[in-house]
Amino acid sequence: MVKLIPTKEEWYAALSERHGEKIQKNFEFATVAICGLGGLGSNIAFALARAGIGKLILIDFDSVDITNLHRQQYKANQIGMSKTQALKENLLEIAPYVAIETHKVRISENNAAEFLEKADIICEAFDDAECKAMLVNLVLERMPEKYLVAASGMAGFGSANTIQTRRISKHFYICGDGASDVSEAGSLVASRVMLCAAHQAHTVLRILTEQFET
Amino acid sequence: MVKINGKELNVAGKTISEFLTTTNFDPKRIAVERNGDIVFKSQYGETLLQDGDIIEVVSFVGGG
Repeated sequence: MVKLIPTKEEWYAALSERHGEKIQKNFEFATVAICGLGGLGSNIAFALARAGIGKLILIDFDSVDITNLHRQQYKANQIGMSKTQALKENLLEIAPYVAIETHKVRISENNAAEFLEKADIICEAFDDAECKAMLVNLVLERMPEKYLVAASGMAGFGSANTIQTRRISKHFYICGDGASDVSEAGSLVASRVMLCAAHQAHTVLRILTEQFET
Repeated sequence: MVKINGKELNVAGKTISEFLTTTNFDPKRIAVERNGDIVFKSQYGETLLQDGDIIEVVSFVGGG
């Protein structure tokens, strides 16, 4: 038997019913860039696609590896695929009408503007500390009009309750415990990385509903 | 006095670079905001901390 998916109209009607029409329109007209599609980025993307964000820009140079599967939103049969393509497929299975732009590229100071200029909100979801700092400085220096939601500190088995969202300045938020470095904590587990990703995704939704942390 | 990450410190007159050398912050892993605005990385050596400044040094650790 062929199973039909809902039409686009049915899809957005269902979302509007849950979120309210005004909020759903804000989500639908938003473009969010996700830089890094690992434990943070893949989980952020799932939450935002489910919420009905209109367009996601997915950026990562890497391919799916067996060591990713314990915390990232990929499947065993996707090992070896580019993360951009694998995540796009997975997202379209759960949210068939989200617009997705993919860039299989390593973001650098030289090319970032080209991939990020259309985004209203940028999520920093890298795992390397120096890459995180590079992107954050670059966005704050060159694109101060954009919202930036970054992350630092979600490794290990520390308490879930230490993961927080802080608003550093008008357009700059950072999520995490600020301290747990993977090189010291030794591991990343899905539950704690997802908490941080959820903080980031939720911050995006709060910005789009004009609810700002003080 | 200059408020840095919530602590009042007697560092007015120092540049941001000079202040950072007295700390454990790794300049490659931070972003610095001064009174709500980003300090360009290229300006750390020239930006003087002034009395009343509110500085936030955001430091990144690995994992994601």
